[in-house]
Amino acid sequence: MNAVTPSPKLHDCRDAFVAVLERLGAENSRIVAVCNDSVGSSKLGGFKAKWPERLVNVGIAEQNMVGVGAGLANGGLLPFVCGAACFLTGRSLEQIKADIAYSNANVKLIGISSGMAYGELGPTHHSIEDFAWTRVLPNLPVIAPCDSIETAAAVEWAANFDGPVFLRLSRVGVPDLLPANHTFELGKANLLRDGDAITLIANGTLTHRMVKAAELLDAKGIEARVLNMATVRPLDVDAIVKAAHDTGAILTAEEHSVYGGLGSAIAECVVTEAPVPMKILGVPGVFAPTGSAEFLLDEFGMSPAAIADAAVALIARKPSQA
Amino acid sequence: MQPNDLEHIARQIRLRDLQAVFEAGAGHIGGEMSAIDVLTALYFRVLRIWPDQPKHPERDRFVLSKGHVALALYVTLAKRGFIPEAEISTFLKPHSRLNGHPNCNKVPGVETNTGPLGHGLPVAVGMAKATKITGAKYHTYVLTGDGEMQEGSNWEAIASAAQFGLDNLTLIIDHNRFQQGAALRDTNNLAPFASKLQAFGWTVSEINGNVMNEIVPALEKRGNQPHCIVAHTNKGHGISFMQDTVDWHHKVPNAEQYKIALAELSETL
Repeated sequence: MNAVTPSPKLHDCRDAFVAVLERLGAENSRIVAVCNDSVGSSKLGGFKAKWPERLVNVGIAEQNMVGVGAGLANGGLLPFVCGAACFLTGRSLEQIKADIAYSNANVKLIGISSGMAYGELGPTHHSIEDFAWTRVLPNLPVIAPCDSIETAAAVEWAANFDGPVFLRLSRVGVPDLLPANHTFELGKANLLRDGDAITLIANGTLTHRMVKAAELLDAKGIEARVLNMATVRPLDVDAIVKAAHDTGAILTAEEHSVYGGLGSAIAECVVTEAPVPMKILGVPGVFAPTGSAEFLLDEFGMSPAAIADAAVALIARKPSQA
Repeated sequence: MQPNDLEHIARQIRLRDLQAVFEAGAGHIGGEMSAIDVLTALYFRVLRIWPDQPKHPERDRFVLSKGHVALALYVTLAKRGFIPEAEISTFLKPHSRLNGHPNCNKVPGVETNTGPLGHGLPVAVGMAKATKITGAKYHTYVLTGDGEMQEGSNWEAIASAAQFGLDNLTLIIDHNRFQQGAALRDTNNLAPFASKLQAFGWTVSEINGNVMNEIVPALEKRGNQPHCIVAHTNKGHGISFMQDTVDWHHKVPNAEQYKIALAELSETL
Protein backbone atom coordinates (compact mmCIF):
# COMPACT_ATOMS: atom_id res chain seq x y z
CA MET A 1 0.00 0.00 0.00
CA ASN A 2 0.98 3.62 -0.36
CA ALA A 3 1.67 5.39 2.90
CA VAL A 4 -0.49 8.41 3.61
CA THR A 5 0.91 11.86 3.13
CA PRO A 6 -0.25 14.45 5.65
CA SER A 7 -1.79 17.55 4.08
CA PRO A 8 0.35 20.70 4.40
CA LYS A 9 -2.62 22.65 5.74
CA LEU A 10 -3.69 22.19 9.36
CA HIS A 11 -7.37 22.02 10.31
CA ASP A 12 -9.27 22.74 13.52
CA CYS A 13 -11.60 19.71 13.72
CA ARG A 14 -14.33 21.81 15.35
CA ASP A 15 -14.87 23.42 11.93
CA ALA A 16 -15.55 20.03 10.37
CA PHE A 17 -17.89 19.17 13.25
CA VAL A 18 -20.06 22.25 12.90
CA ALA A 19 -20.05 22.13 9.10
CA VAL A 20 -21.59 18.65 9.22
CA LEU A 21 -23.88 19.56 12.11
CA GLU A 22 -25.27 22.51 10.16
CA ARG A 23 -25.63 20.48 6.98
CA LEU A 24 -27.49 17.72 8.83
CA GLY A 25 -29.43 20.30 10.82
CA ALA A 26 -30.82 21.74 7.59
CA GLU A 27 -32.09 18.27 6.58
CA ASN A 28 -33.29 17.14 10.00
CA SER A 29 -35.16 19.56 12.25
CA ARG A 30 -34.88 17.07 15.14
CA ILE A 31 -31.19 17.94 15.51
CA VAL A 32 -30.61 20.33 18.40
CA ALA A 33 -27.41 21.62 19.98
CA VAL A 34 -27.10 21.78 23.77
CA CYS A 35 -24.29 23.70 25.44
CA ASN A 36 -23.03 25.20 28.67
CA ASP A 37 -22.36 28.83 27.75
CA SER A 38 -20.00 27.36 25.15
CA VAL A 39 -21.49 28.70 21.92
CA GLY A 40 -18.13 30.24 20.99
CA SER A 41 -15.78 27.46 22.09
CA SER A 42 -18.03 24.83 20.49
CA LYS A 43 -18.30 27.01 17.35
CA LEU A 44 -22.10 26.89 17.50
CA GLY A 45 -22.56 30.50 16.39
CA GLY A 46 -23.59 29.47 12.87
CA PHE A 47 -26.06 26.88 14.17
CA LYS A 48 -27.53 29.44 16.57
CA ALA A 49 -27.89 32.04 13.82
CA LYS A 50 -29.79 29.57 11.62
CA TRP A 51 -31.95 27.92 14.27
CA PRO A 52 -31.94 29.93 17.52
CA GLU A 53 -34.85 27.89 18.88
CA ARG A 54 -32.83 24.69 18.43
CA LEU A 55 -29.85 25.91 20.43
CA VAL A 56 -30.40 25.00 24.10
CA ASN A 57 -27.92 26.85 26.28
CA VAL A 58 -28.31 25.80 29.93
CA GLY A 59 -25.60 28.13 31.17
CA ILE A 60 -22.65 26.98 33.24
CA ALA A 61 -24.30 23.83 34.56
CA GLU A 62 -22.90 20.63 33.07
CA GLN A 63 -24.86 18.13 35.14
CA ASN A 64 -28.06 19.80 34.08
CA MET A 65 -26.80 20.01 30.50
CA VAL A 66 -26.38 16.24 30.20
CA GLY A 67 -29.67 15.51 31.95
CA VAL A 68 -31.48 18.01 29.72
CA GLY A 69 -29.90 16.29 26.71
CA ALA A 70 -31.39 12.97 27.84
CA GLY A 71 -34.80 14.61 28.29
CA LEU A 72 -34.70 16.25 24.86
CA ALA A 73 -33.95 12.85 23.33
CA ASN A 74 -36.91 11.37 25.24
CA GLY A 75 -39.02 14.13 23.70
CA GLY A 76 -38.08 12.98 20.18
CA LEU A 77 -35.15 15.27 19.42
CA LEU A 78 -31.59 14.38 18.43
CA PRO A 79 -29.35 16.35 20.79
CA PHE A 80 -25.66 17.09 20.26
CA VAL A 81 -24.47 18.05 23.74
CA CYS A 82 -21.33 20.13 23.37
CA GLY A 83 -18.94 21.29 26.05
CA ALA A 84 -15.28 21.39 26.92
CA ALA A 85 -14.34 17.73 27.30
CA CYS A 86 -12.85 18.27 30.77
CA PHE A 87 -16.13 19.62 32.17
CA LEU A 88 -18.50 17.54 30.07
CA THR A 89 -16.99 14.28 31.27
CA GLY A 90 -15.53 15.19 34.66
CA ARG A 91 -18.41 17.23 35.99
CA SER A 92 -21.20 15.09 34.55
CA LEU A 93 -19.84 11.57 34.64
CA GLU A 94 -22.72 10.19 36.70
CA GLN A 95 -25.24 11.82 34.34
CA ILE A 96 -23.38 10.27 31.39
CA LYS A 97 -23.54 6.89 33.13
CA ALA A 98 -27.15 6.90 34.37
CA ASP A 99 -29.05 9.31 32.10
CA ILE A 100 -27.25 8.59 28.82
CA ALA A 101 -25.45 5.22 28.70
CA TYR A 102 -27.60 3.14 31.09
CA SER A 103 -30.82 4.76 29.89
CA ASN A 104 -29.69 4.32 26.27
CA ALA A 105 -30.60 7.91 25.45
CA ASN A 106 -29.95 8.84 21.82
CA VAL A 107 -27.62 11.69 22.75
CA LYS A 108 -24.34 12.62 21.11
CA LEU A 109 -21.81 13.91 23.63
CA ILE A 110 -19.25 16.15 21.94
CA GLY A 111 -16.17 16.77 24.08
CA ILE A 112 -14.56 19.90 22.70
CA SER A 113 -10.92 20.95 23.19
CA SER A 114 -9.98 17.58 24.61
CA GLY A 115 -6.57 16.41 25.71
CA MET A 116 -4.26 19.32 26.51
CA ALA A 117 -5.77 21.63 23.90
CA TYR A 118 -6.18 24.32 26.54
CA GLY A 119 -2.42 24.07 27.10
CA GLU A 120 -1.33 26.98 29.24
CA LEU A 121 -4.68 27.16 31.05
CA GLY A 122 -3.39 24.21 32.98
CA PRO A 123 -4.44 20.78 34.26
CA THR A 124 -7.90 21.94 35.46
CA HIS A 125 -8.74 22.48 31.79
CA HIS A 126 -6.93 19.46 30.40
CA SER A 127 -9.06 16.46 29.56
CA ILE A 128 -6.59 13.61 29.75
CA GLU A 129 -8.79 11.30 31.83
CA ASP A 130 -11.89 11.13 29.63
CA PHE A 131 -11.05 7.90 27.78
CA ALA A 132 -10.56 6.18 31.13
CA TRP A 133 -13.82 7.55 32.54
CA THR A 134 -16.00 6.86 29.53
CA ARG A 135 -14.63 3.65 28.10
CA VAL A 136 -15.67 1.66 31.18
CA LEU A 137 -19.31 2.56 30.56
CA PRO A 138 -21.35 -0.06 28.70
CA ASN A 139 -23.34 1.13 25.71
CA LEU A 140 -21.23 4.21 24.98
CA PRO A 141 -19.00 4.25 21.89
CA VAL A 142 -15.90 6.39 22.53
CA ILE A 143 -14.37 7.99 19.45
CA ALA A 144 -11.43 10.37 18.88
CA PRO A 145 -11.05 11.26 15.18
CA CYS A 146 -7.57 12.01 13.85
CA ASP A 147 -8.32 14.73 11.30
CA SER A 148 -11.05 16.94 9.88
CA ILE A 149 -12.09 14.26 7.36
CA GLU A 150 -12.58 11.60 10.02
CA THR A 151 -14.32 14.15 12.27
CA ALA A 152 -16.85 14.96 9.56
CA ALA A 153 -17.38 11.25 8.82
CA ALA A 154 -17.76 10.40 12.51
CA VAL A 155 -20.28 13.19 13.12
CA GLU A 156 -22.35 11.99 10.19
CA TRP A 157 -22.12 8.41 11.46
CA ALA A 158 -23.10 9.48 14.99
CA ALA A 159 -26.16 11.34 13.74
CA ASN A 160 -27.37 8.16 12.04
CA PHE A 161 -26.46 5.82 14.90
CA ASP A 162 -29.38 5.02 17.20
CA GLY A 163 -27.77 5.34 20.61
CA PRO A 164 -25.40 7.37 22.74
CA VAL A 165 -21.94 8.36 21.49
CA PHE A 166 -18.99 10.20 23.04
CA LEU A 167 -17.01 12.05 20.39
CA ARG A 168 -13.75 13.61 21.53
CA LEU A 169 -12.50 16.56 19.49
CA SER A 170 -9.49 18.84 19.76
CA ARG A 171 -9.01 22.45 18.78
CA VAL A 172 -5.35 22.06 17.89
CA GLY A 173 -4.70 22.12 14.14
CA VAL A 174 -3.96 18.74 12.54
CA PRO A 175 -3.19 17.79 8.92
CA ASP A 176 -5.65 15.71 6.95
CA LEU A 177 -4.59 12.09 6.67
CA LEU A 178 -7.57 10.10 5.47
CA PRO A 179 -8.95 10.18 1.91
CA ALA A 180 -11.64 12.78 1.25
CA ASN A 181 -14.25 10.04 0.62
CA HIS A 182 -13.53 8.29 3.93
CA THR A 183 -16.51 6.61 5.61
CA PHE A 184 -16.42 6.14 9.36
CA GLU A 185 -16.92 2.62 10.68
CA LEU A 186 -17.34 2.12 14.43
CA GLY A 187 -14.64 -0.08 15.92
CA LYS A 188 -12.59 -0.24 12.71
CA ALA A 189 -8.99 0.93 12.65
CA ASN A 190 -7.55 2.48 9.50
CA LEU A 191 -4.28 1.22 8.08
CA LEU A 192 -2.29 4.34 7.20
CA ARG A 193 1.01 2.66 6.41
CA ASP A 194 2.04 -0.96 6.33
CA GLY A 195 5.13 -2.56 7.77
CA ASP A 196 6.30 -5.62 9.65
CA ALA A 197 8.84 -4.37 12.20
CA ILE A 198 6.43 -2.77 14.65
CA THR A 199 2.89 -1.34 14.79
CA LEU A 200 2.27 2.24 15.85
CA ILE A 201 -1.30 2.87 17.02
CA ALA A 202 -2.78 6.26 17.86
CA ASN A 203 -5.87 8.41 17.53
CA GLY A 204 -6.81 12.07 17.72
CA THR A 205 -3.93 14.53 17.54
CA LEU A 206 -1.32 11.77 17.85
CA THR A 207 -2.06 9.94 14.63
CA HIS A 208 -0.23 12.41 12.40
CA ARG A 209 2.73 12.34 14.79
CA MET A 210 2.80 8.56 14.41
CA VAL A 211 2.78 8.93 10.62
CA LYS A 212 5.77 11.29 10.82
CA ALA A 213 7.55 8.91 13.24
CA ALA A 214 7.01 6.09 10.74
CA GLU A 215 8.65 8.25 8.04
CA LEU A 216 11.67 8.76 10.32
CA LEU A 217 11.82 5.01 10.95
CA ASP A 218 11.57 4.37 7.22
CA ALA A 219 14.66 6.52 6.72
CA LYS A 220 16.46 4.14 9.11
CA GLY A 221 15.24 1.15 7.12
CA ILE A 222 12.57 0.18 9.64
CA GLU A 223 9.13 -0.56 8.21
CA ALA A 224 6.47 0.41 10.73
CA ARG A 225 2.75 -0.26 10.39
CA VAL A 226 0.58 2.70 11.40
CA LEU A 227 -3.00 2.24 12.55
CA ASN A 228 -5.38 5.07 13.24
CA MET A 229 -7.70 3.80 15.97
CA ALA A 230 -10.33 6.46 16.55
CA THR A 231 -12.67 4.08 18.33
CA VAL A 232 -11.46 3.37 21.86
CA ARG A 233 -14.63 1.40 22.58
CA PRO A 234 -15.56 -0.93 21.00
CA LEU A 235 -11.97 -1.79 20.23
CA ASP A 236 -10.83 -3.22 16.89
CA VAL A 237 -9.59 -6.48 18.41
CA ASP A 238 -8.93 -8.07 15.02
CA ALA A 239 -6.61 -5.26 13.90
CA ILE A 240 -4.71 -5.41 17.22
CA VAL A 241 -4.28 -9.19 17.16
CA LYS A 242 -3.19 -9.05 13.53
CA ALA A 243 -0.70 -6.29 14.37
CA ALA A 244 0.70 -8.39 17.20
CA HIS A 245 1.05 -11.47 14.99
CA ASP A 246 2.42 -9.62 11.95
CA THR A 247 4.81 -7.17 13.62
CA GLY A 248 5.55 -8.57 17.11
CA ALA A 249 5.54 -5.19 18.90
CA ILE A 250 2.98 -2.44 19.50
CA LEU A 251 3.68 1.17 20.41
CA THR A 252 0.73 3.40 21.29
CA ALA A 253 0.51 7.16 21.74
CA GLU A 254 -2.38 9.36 22.84
CA GLU A 255 -3.17 12.84 24.16
CA HIS A 256 -4.38 11.26 27.40
CA SER A 257 -2.97 9.83 30.59
CA VAL A 258 -1.07 6.58 30.14
CA TYR A 259 -3.47 5.22 32.75
CA GLY A 260 -6.72 3.90 31.38
CA GLY A 261 -6.72 5.28 27.84
CA LEU A 262 -6.22 3.90 24.33
CA GLY A 263 -2.90 2.26 25.21
CA SER A 264 -4.42 0.61 28.27
CA ALA A 265 -7.35 -0.66 26.22
CA ILE A 266 -4.99 -2.09 23.62
CA ALA A 267 -2.80 -3.60 26.35
CA GLU A 268 -5.85 -5.35 27.85
CA CYS A 269 -6.46 -6.86 24.45
CA VAL A 270 -2.81 -7.74 23.73
CA VAL A 271 -2.17 -9.38 27.09
CA THR A 272 -5.22 -11.62 26.76
CA GLU A 273 -5.25 -12.29 23.02
CA ALA A 274 -1.72 -12.02 21.63
CA PRO A 275 1.03 -11.03 24.10
CA VAL A 276 3.88 -9.06 22.51
CA PRO A 277 6.14 -6.27 23.85
CA MET A 278 4.29 -2.95 24.15
CA LYS A 279 5.03 0.62 25.07
CA ILE A 280 2.35 3.17 25.95
CA LEU A 281 3.11 6.84 25.33
CA GLY A 282 0.91 9.54 26.82
CA VAL A 283 0.82 11.88 29.78
CA PRO A 284 2.81 9.94 32.36
CA GLY A 285 0.49 10.24 35.35
CA VAL A 286 1.35 13.81 36.29
CA PHE A 287 -0.35 17.20 36.22
CA ALA A 288 1.25 18.90 33.25
CA PRO A 289 3.53 21.92 33.62
CA THR A 290 2.70 25.18 31.84
CA GLY A 291 2.88 24.99 28.09
CA SER A 292 0.94 24.69 24.85
CA ALA A 293 -0.50 21.35 23.78
CA GLU A 294 2.17 20.92 21.13
CA PHE A 295 4.91 21.79 23.63
CA LEU A 296 3.50 19.35 26.20
CA LEU A 297 3.22 16.49 23.72
CA ASP A 298 6.90 16.99 22.88
CA GLU A 299 7.72 17.37 26.57
CA PHE A 300 6.11 14.01 27.31
CA GLY A 301 8.12 12.16 24.65
CA MET A 302 5.65 12.31 21.80
CA SER A 303 7.54 14.32 19.18
CA PRO A 304 7.90 12.27 15.98
CA ALA A 305 11.63 11.84 16.73
CA ALA A 306 11.00 10.68 20.30
CA ILE A 307 8.28 8.30 19.11
CA ALA A 308 10.71 6.88 16.55
CA ASP A 309 13.34 6.40 19.29
CA ALA A 310 10.77 4.65 21.49
CA ALA A 311 9.92 2.40 18.56
CA VAL A 312 13.57 1.44 18.04
CA ALA A 313 13.93 0.65 21.76
CA LEU A 314 10.74 -1.43 21.68
CA ILE A 315 11.84 -3.38 18.61
CA ALA A 316 15.00 -4.31 20.54
CA ARG A 317 12.77 -5.96 23.14
CA LYS A 318 11.14 -8.30 20.64
CA PRO A 319 12.09 -11.91 21.45
CA SER A 320 13.33 -12.33 17.87
CA GLN A 321 15.93 -9.60 18.53
CA ALA A 322 17.30 -11.20 21.73
CA MET B 1 -62.10 8.90 38.55
CA GLN B 2 -63.32 10.50 41.81
CA PRO B 3 -61.21 11.15 44.93
CA ASN B 4 -62.95 8.31 46.82
CA ASP B 5 -62.07 5.84 44.11
CA LEU B 6 -58.49 7.10 44.02
CA GLU B 7 -58.19 6.65 47.78
CA HIS B 8 -59.39 3.09 47.40
CA ILE B 9 -56.79 2.37 44.70
CA ALA B 10 -54.04 4.00 46.77
CA ARG B 11 -54.88 1.68 49.68
CA GLN B 12 -54.69 -1.35 47.39
CA ILE B 13 -51.31 -0.17 46.09
CA ARG B 14 -50.06 0.36 49.65
CA LEU B 15 -51.14 -3.15 50.58
CA ARG B 16 -49.40 -4.75 47.58
CA ASP B 17 -46.29 -2.67 48.22
CA LEU B 18 -46.17 -3.81 51.85
CA GLN B 19 -46.60 -7.45 50.84
CA ALA B 20 -43.84 -7.16 48.22
CA VAL B 21 -41.41 -5.53 50.68
CA PHE B 22 -42.09 -8.30 53.18
CA GLU B 23 -41.72 -11.03 50.57
CA ALA B 24 -38.57 -9.57 49.00
CA GLY B 25 -37.08 -8.70 52.38
CA ALA B 26 -36.11 -5.28 51.03
CA GLY B 27 -37.52 -2.00 49.77
CA HIS B 28 -37.87 1.60 50.83
CA ILE B 29 -41.23 1.32 52.50
CA GLY B 30 -41.30 4.68 54.30
CA GLY B 31 -40.84 6.76 51.15
CA GLU B 32 -43.09 4.45 49.19
CA MET B 33 -45.98 4.98 51.58
CA SER B 34 -45.47 8.74 51.53
CA ALA B 35 -45.51 8.90 47.71
CA ILE B 36 -48.25 6.42 46.80
CA ASP B 37 -51.12 8.91 46.92
CA VAL B 38 -49.38 11.18 44.42
CA LEU B 39 -48.51 8.21 42.18
CA THR B 40 -52.11 7.03 42.28
CA ALA B 41 -53.51 10.44 41.38
CA LEU B 42 -51.05 10.73 38.50
CA TYR B 43 -51.62 7.30 36.97
CA PHE B 44 -55.36 6.97 37.58
CA ARG B 45 -56.53 10.51 37.00
CA VAL B 46 -54.04 13.04 35.69
CA LEU B 47 -51.58 11.50 33.22
CA ARG B 48 -52.58 11.19 29.58
CA ILE B 49 -51.16 7.74 28.94
CA TRP B 50 -51.83 4.59 26.96
CA PRO B 51 -50.55 1.47 28.78
CA ASP B 52 -50.60 -0.51 25.52
CA GLN B 53 -48.53 2.22 23.83
CA PRO B 54 -45.95 3.16 26.46
CA LYS B 55 -43.85 5.12 23.93
CA HIS B 56 -46.74 7.11 22.44
CA PRO B 57 -45.15 10.44 21.45
CA GLU B 58 -47.99 12.50 22.97
CA ARG B 59 -47.98 10.69 26.33
CA ASP B 60 -47.50 12.80 29.42
CA ARG B 61 -44.08 12.18 30.95
CA PHE B 62 -43.62 11.12 34.55
CA VAL B 63 -40.14 10.81 36.02
CA LEU B 64 -39.64 9.10 39.37
CA SER B 65 -36.52 10.91 40.46
CA LYS B 66 -36.56 9.26 43.89
CA GLY B 67 -35.85 5.99 42.12
CA HIS B 68 -35.37 4.05 45.35
CA VAL B 69 -39.17 3.84 45.72
CA ALA B 70 -39.27 1.89 42.46
CA LEU B 71 -41.51 -0.74 44.01
CA ALA B 72 -44.32 1.77 44.52
CA LEU B 73 -44.01 2.70 40.84
CA TYR B 74 -43.99 -0.96 39.75
CA VAL B 75 -47.14 -1.71 41.74
CA THR B 76 -48.81 1.39 40.28
CA LEU B 77 -47.73 0.53 36.72
CA ALA B 78 -48.99 -3.04 37.20
CA LYS B 79 -52.34 -1.85 38.49
CA ARG B 80 -52.62 0.54 35.54
CA GLY B 81 -51.85 -2.24 33.04
CA PHE B 82 -48.28 -1.49 31.97
CA ILE B 83 -46.91 -4.76 33.38
CA PRO B 84 -48.64 -7.91 34.69
CA GLU B 85 -49.73 -7.64 38.33
CA ALA B 86 -48.34 -11.12 38.97
CA GLU B 87 -44.88 -9.87 38.05
CA ILE B 88 -44.63 -7.86 41.29
CA SER B 89 -43.71 -11.10 43.07
CA THR B 90 -40.44 -11.15 41.08
CA PHE B 91 -39.30 -7.84 42.65
CA LEU B 92 -35.50 -8.05 43.29
CA LYS B 93 -35.35 -11.71 42.29
CA PRO B 94 -32.38 -12.71 40.06
CA HIS B 95 -32.90 -11.51 36.46
CA SER B 96 -36.24 -9.87 37.30
CA ARG B 97 -36.72 -6.67 35.30
CA LEU B 98 -38.01 -5.17 38.55
CA ASN B 99 -34.69 -3.99 39.93
CA GLY B 100 -34.32 -1.89 43.08
CA HIS B 101 -34.30 1.18 40.81
CA PRO B 102 -36.38 1.53 37.65
CA ASN B 103 -34.98 0.69 34.20
CA CYS B 104 -36.60 2.37 31.20
CA ASN B 105 -35.24 -0.19 28.77
CA LYS B 106 -36.87 -3.07 30.62
CA VAL B 107 -40.03 -1.76 32.25
CA PRO B 108 -42.71 -0.17 30.03
CA GLY B 109 -43.87 3.14 31.43
CA VAL B 110 -40.50 4.06 32.93
CA GLU B 111 -39.09 7.11 31.13
CA THR B 112 -35.47 7.29 32.31
CA ASN B 113 -33.22 5.34 34.65
CA THR B 114 -33.01 6.86 38.09
CA GLY B 115 -31.36 5.84 41.33
CA PRO B 116 -28.58 8.32 41.96
CA LEU B 117 -30.41 11.36 43.33
CA GLY B 118 -30.68 14.69 41.57
CA HIS B 119 -31.03 13.20 38.09
CA GLY B 120 -34.74 13.20 37.36
CA LEU B 121 -35.41 16.92 37.41
CA PRO B 122 -32.76 17.88 34.79
CA VAL B 123 -34.08 15.11 32.52
CA ALA B 124 -37.65 16.34 33.08
CA VAL B 125 -36.53 19.86 32.15
CA GLY B 126 -35.23 18.43 28.86
CA MET B 127 -38.53 16.61 28.25
CA ALA B 128 -40.53 19.79 28.87
CA LYS B 129 -38.12 21.92 26.83
CA ALA B 130 -38.42 19.48 23.89
CA THR B 131 -42.09 20.42 23.43
CA LYS B 132 -41.11 24.08 23.03
CA ILE B 133 -39.12 22.98 19.98
CA THR B 134 -41.34 20.23 18.56
CA GLY B 135 -44.73 21.67 19.46
CA ALA B 136 -45.83 18.44 21.18
CA LYS B 137 -48.56 18.96 23.75
CA TYR B 138 -47.61 16.61 26.57
CA HIS B 139 -47.03 17.71 30.18
CA THR B 140 -44.02 16.59 32.23
CA TYR B 141 -44.21 15.63 35.92
CA VAL B 142 -41.29 14.71 38.14
CA LEU B 143 -41.35 13.45 41.73
CA THR B 144 -38.34 14.08 43.97
CA GLY B 145 -37.68 13.38 47.61
CA ASP B 146 -37.20 16.32 49.95
CA GLY B 147 -33.77 15.09 51.01
CA GLU B 148 -32.93 14.68 47.35
CA MET B 149 -33.27 18.43 46.89
CA GLN B 150 -29.90 18.69 48.64
CA GLU B 151 -28.30 17.64 45.33
CA GLY B 152 -27.00 20.74 43.53
CA SER B 153 -28.02 19.46 40.08
CA ASN B 154 -31.67 20.08 41.06
CA TRP B 155 -31.00 23.78 41.51
CA GLU B 156 -29.25 23.98 38.13
CA ALA B 157 -32.40 22.47 36.66
CA ILE B 158 -34.76 24.72 38.64
CA ALA B 159 -32.97 27.81 37.34
CA SER B 160 -33.04 26.60 33.74
CA ALA B 161 -36.73 25.63 33.90
CA ALA B 162 -37.60 29.20 34.84
CA GLN B 163 -35.25 30.61 32.20
CA PHE B 164 -36.89 28.40 29.54
CA GLY B 165 -40.40 29.39 30.70
CA LEU B 166 -41.45 25.76 31.16
CA ASP B 167 -45.15 26.20 31.94
CA ASN B 168 -45.57 22.50 31.07
CA LEU B 169 -43.42 21.17 33.91
CA THR B 170 -44.67 20.16 37.37
CA LEU B 171 -42.24 19.22 40.11
CA ILE B 172 -43.67 17.40 43.13
CA ILE B 173 -41.44 17.37 46.20
CA ASP B 174 -42.40 14.49 48.50
CA HIS B 175 -41.81 16.45 51.69
CA ASN B 176 -41.91 13.70 54.30
CA ARG B 177 -39.27 15.47 56.37
CA PHE B 178 -36.93 12.48 56.67
CA GLN B 179 -33.96 11.32 54.66
CA GLN B 180 -32.10 8.05 54.99
CA GLY B 181 -30.15 8.80 58.12
CA ALA B 182 -32.03 11.50 59.98
CA ALA B 183 -34.62 14.25 59.79
CA LEU B 184 -33.99 16.92 57.16
CA ARG B 185 -33.93 19.60 59.82
CA ASP B 186 -31.04 17.79 61.55
CA THR B 187 -29.06 17.24 58.32
CA ASN B 188 -29.23 20.00 55.72
CA ASN B 189 -32.56 21.68 56.14
CA LEU B 190 -33.75 23.13 52.86
CA ALA B 191 -37.26 23.71 54.21
CA PRO B 192 -39.17 25.85 53.65
CA PHE B 193 -39.06 24.99 49.95
CA ALA B 194 -41.78 27.36 48.71
CA SER B 195 -39.92 30.63 49.11
CA LYS B 196 -36.81 29.20 47.50
CA LEU B 197 -38.68 27.94 44.42
CA GLN B 198 -40.59 31.22 44.16
CA ALA B 199 -37.31 33.13 44.25
CA PHE B 200 -36.20 31.11 41.21
CA GLY B 201 -39.35 32.11 39.30
CA TRP B 202 -41.59 29.13 39.95
CA THR B 203 -45.23 29.01 41.00
CA VAL B 204 -45.59 27.01 44.20
CA SER B 205 -48.53 25.13 45.74
CA GLU B 206 -48.36 23.66 49.22
CA ILE B 207 -50.65 20.72 49.84
CA ASN B 208 -51.21 17.76 52.06
CA GLY B 209 -49.67 15.13 49.80
CA ASN B 210 -51.63 12.29 51.35
CA VAL B 211 -55.07 13.80 50.66
CA MET B 212 -56.58 13.23 47.20
CA ASN B 213 -58.79 16.31 47.30
CA GLU B 214 -55.66 18.43 47.53
CA ILE B 215 -53.40 16.37 45.27
CA VAL B 216 -55.59 16.22 42.16
CA PRO B 217 -56.28 19.97 41.71
CA ALA B 218 -52.63 20.76 42.37
CA LEU B 219 -51.48 18.31 39.69
CA GLU B 220 -54.04 19.69 37.24
CA LYS B 221 -53.14 23.32 37.90
CA ARG B 222 -51.70 25.19 34.90
CA GLY B 223 -50.06 28.61 34.72
CA ASN B 224 -47.34 30.42 32.85
CA GLN B 225 -44.38 29.35 34.98
CA PRO B 226 -42.96 25.99 36.01
CA HIS B 227 -45.03 24.68 38.92
CA CYS B 228 -43.72 23.12 42.14
CA ILE B 229 -46.02 21.22 44.46
CA VAL B 230 -44.60 20.96 47.94
CA ALA B 231 -46.44 17.82 49.01
CA HIS B 232 -46.41 17.62 52.80
CA THR B 233 -46.52 13.89 53.43
CA ASN B 234 -45.85 11.39 56.16
CA LYS B 235 -43.10 8.86 55.80
CA GLY B 236 -44.73 5.45 56.23
CA HIS B 237 -48.21 6.95 55.73
CA GLY B 238 -51.01 4.48 56.41
CA ILE B 239 -49.11 2.22 58.80
CA SER B 240 -49.24 3.63 62.31
CA PHE B 241 -45.94 2.44 63.73
CA MET B 242 -43.98 3.47 60.63
CA GLN B 243 -45.27 7.00 60.45
CA ASP B 244 -42.79 9.80 60.87
CA THR B 245 -39.89 7.73 62.08
CA VAL B 246 -36.52 7.71 60.35
CA ASP B 247 -36.16 3.98 61.10
CA TRP B 248 -38.55 3.07 58.34
CA HIS B 249 -36.59 4.50 55.42
CA HIS B 250 -35.63 1.03 54.26
CA LYS B 251 -36.36 -1.25 57.19
CA VAL B 252 -38.31 -4.44 56.52
CA PRO B 253 -41.13 -5.38 58.89
CA ASN B 254 -40.74 -8.60 60.88
CA ALA B 255 -43.56 -11.15 60.89
CA GLU B 256 -45.30 -9.54 63.84
CA GLN B 257 -45.04 -6.02 62.39
CA TYR B 258 -46.16 -7.27 59.01
CA LYS B 259 -49.32 -8.73 60.54
CA ILE B 260 -50.15 -5.43 62.24
CA ALA B 261 -49.44 -3.39 59.10
CA LEU B 262 -51.47 -5.76 56.96
CA ALA B 263 -54.41 -5.49 59.33
CA GLU B 264 -54.24 -1.69 59.40
CA LEU B 265 -54.17 -1.34 55.62
CA SER B 266 -56.81 -4.07 55.09
CA GLU B 267 -59.27 -2.56 57.50
CA THR B 268 -59.40 0.67 55.50
CA LEU B 269 -59.97 -1.15 52.23
